Amino acid sequence: MVKKVIYGNHAVSYGARDARAEVIAAYPITPQTQVVELLSEFCASGELKAKFIKVESEHSAMAACVGASAAGARAFTATSSQGLALMHEMLHWASNARHPIVMANINRAMGPPWNIWTDQNDSISQRDTGWLQFYCSTNQEVYDTTLMTFKICENDKVLLPGMLVLDAFVLSHTSEVVDMPLQEEIDEFLPPYRAKYKLDLDDPRAFGGLMFPDWYYELKYKQHTSMEEALDVIEKVGKEFGDRFGRYYGLVEEYRIEEAEIVLIVSGTIAQTSKEAVDILRKEGMKIGLVRMRTFRPFPKEKIRKIASKVNKMIVIDRNISFGSEGAFFTETKACLYNEKDRPMIFGVIIGLGGRDVTVEDIMKIAKKGKEGKFKVNEINWWGVKL
Amino acid sequence: MKLTIPEEELMYEGTVDCQGCGAGLAMRYALKALGKKTFVVIPACCWSIIAGPFPYSALQVPLYHTAFETAAVVSAGIKAALDMKGIDATVMAWAGDGGTFDIGIQALSAVAERNDDIIYVCYDNEAYMNTGIQRSSATPYKAWTTTTPRKYPKARPKKNIDEILVAHDIPYVATASVAYPEDFIRKMKKAKDIKGTRFIHVLAPCPTGWRSLPEHTIKLARLAVQTNIFPLYEVENGKYKINIKPKNPKPVEEYLKLQGRFRHLTGEDIKEIQEATNKKWKKLLRKEEFF
Repeated sequence: MVKKVIYGNHAVSYGARDARAEVIAAYPITPQTQVVELLSEFCASGELKAKFIKVESEHSAMAACVGASAAGARAFTATSSQGLALMHEMLHWASNARHPIVMANINRAMGPPWNIWTDQNDSISQRDTGWLQFYCSTNQEVYDTTLMTFKICENDKVLLPGMLVLDAFVLSHTSEVVDMPLQEEIDEFLPPYRAKYKLDLDDPRAFGGLMFPDWYYELKYKQHTSMEEALDVIEKVGKEFGDRFGRYYGLVEEYRIEEAEIVLIVSGTIAQTSKEAVDILRKEGMKIGLVRMRTFRPFPKEKIRKIASKVNKMIVIDRNISFGSEGAFFTETKACLYNEKDRPMIFGVIIGLGGRDVTVEDIMKIAKKGKEGKFKVNEINWWGVKL
Repeated sequence: MKLTIPEEELMYEGTVDCQGCGAGLAMRYALKALGKKTFVVIPACCWSIIAGPFPYSALQVPLYHTAFETAAVVSAGIKAALDMKGIDATVMAWAGDGGTFDIGIQALSAVAERNDDIIYVCYDNEAYMNTGIQRSSATPYKAWTTTTPRKYPKARPKKNIDEILVAHDIPYVATASVAYPEDFIRKMKKAKDIKGTRFIHVLAPCPTGWRSLPEHTIKLARLAVQTNIFPLYEVENGKYKINIKPKNPKPVEEYLKLQGRFRHLTGEDIKEIQEATNKKWKKLLRKEEFF
């Protein structure tokens, strides 16, 4: 075991190193650059035995990973914001072709205007590309999730690509202690990738050719059921990781929800801020808890239903906005509860777009306002708009 | 009898290419040259269809279909994986002119700049034939396409993709033609033995898009060389070698008049094309002389 004080970005690099990624293809973008800088050092020094393809765009980064994965290699990349958007076509390709590629996305606002700070609209916009999405809240979780995502995605029942997401600067450029297990322990947890389906000289086949409507539909069905199977795989891998390394992860993280009447639904680093708010409010006597959404795809519907059945109110805090609708976590949370008998009242709050700071005080005020039922029910509640 | 073309067939019969398709023929020759230890990457192009729908494949080698602009870099990704696995094989990107001259040029340029170890073959039928004959930057001057109607034919000359690739300082760039299979196969074999990015540009007549007779495919490919419209040459480590120098080049009109896509050309147009062809040929001779 090694403990290091490292940036969130470097936690990604160490994670990809320790996962023994075989092909890395990446293009620099603020605030992701440190991820690939350190990885290129690892590759150059031989500390990581991998091919690093320094591509000319994110589109090509994902395309190179697609090629590498098709030939049976463990492929990795990292990007952010505009870069993720440029990859969009190949994100579909990677998932539809069932390549278990792993990518880190540093959540950054989409331009214009240029804004390099944190905001989930980049990754939320890729919701329907068929990628698993994990939202992290500490550097330790970033490192651990990098390792776990490979194991989850490469599982025969899943065979889909996975994206781990971390907030720009708040996590990417913040130093925290990260505990890294010994390589041989990691190798036991994550053995080399043996592709079940790959380009093979001894068994030459064509991949991705024209498919008529008589079978395409079934492939989409399989892609979806694999995503649903992933729910179980994520929990099992999270448990195995915990048994081996002492840190347990599930689809969501529940924080002080015992006997809670009201829960906050949050993701990313806002969750860490919100935990502080919950602690203070609990001291003040409010029966409040928190659910941190680690997994956005597949969406943990059953988990949410179970939690919702025990509380009166839920406040979903989104650092993203689907223009003309509402926050993405808000929509999904409501949707999975619609047919439940005893569903709580749910409020949706938008906050912190483009890196606007979110404080403990903000969350406390939101919680109190929600408890008093003072939020609008059928509309978005914009927090802190100056207009 | 000594055969000049390898006997082994790595492409199946019965593919769905149009009658007289130069692209189908080009693949057949290319695989004869490269052999079984070849991975093929095909972006969106006529060959996405020719290769056959699920669950079929026209090829007896592994084949990966990919997005339009990604043939070069997906090939580089495959090669990187094969290197990691210790598998020694050729990876060939096989793209049309749209996927090469236009939408794929960014990824291709990057692969060439890095000198990634792949063979990139552009089978050039001089327009977006698969989508219904729309102009590409490989479409010749004054040609008709469905987006350059006869009243407003293409106003700009064909992009010189070969010189763009030569400018990347890659080890091997060559032009080829389905009318000269021995030359084409020799170039593919030579490319196979070179490390780094190798670019082969093969002219593949398209009766459907060129509005020509299927039985004229080889004749047109040959006339393109004999008129100096599409010279056969190779550039190895920067050194030019013209493979065929017609003693008495045929007038371009002989090539143009067999194709409906040039039916609207006036005498003045043909004269202009002749002069441009002469000029380009002279430039190439000079390059051979100096480099």
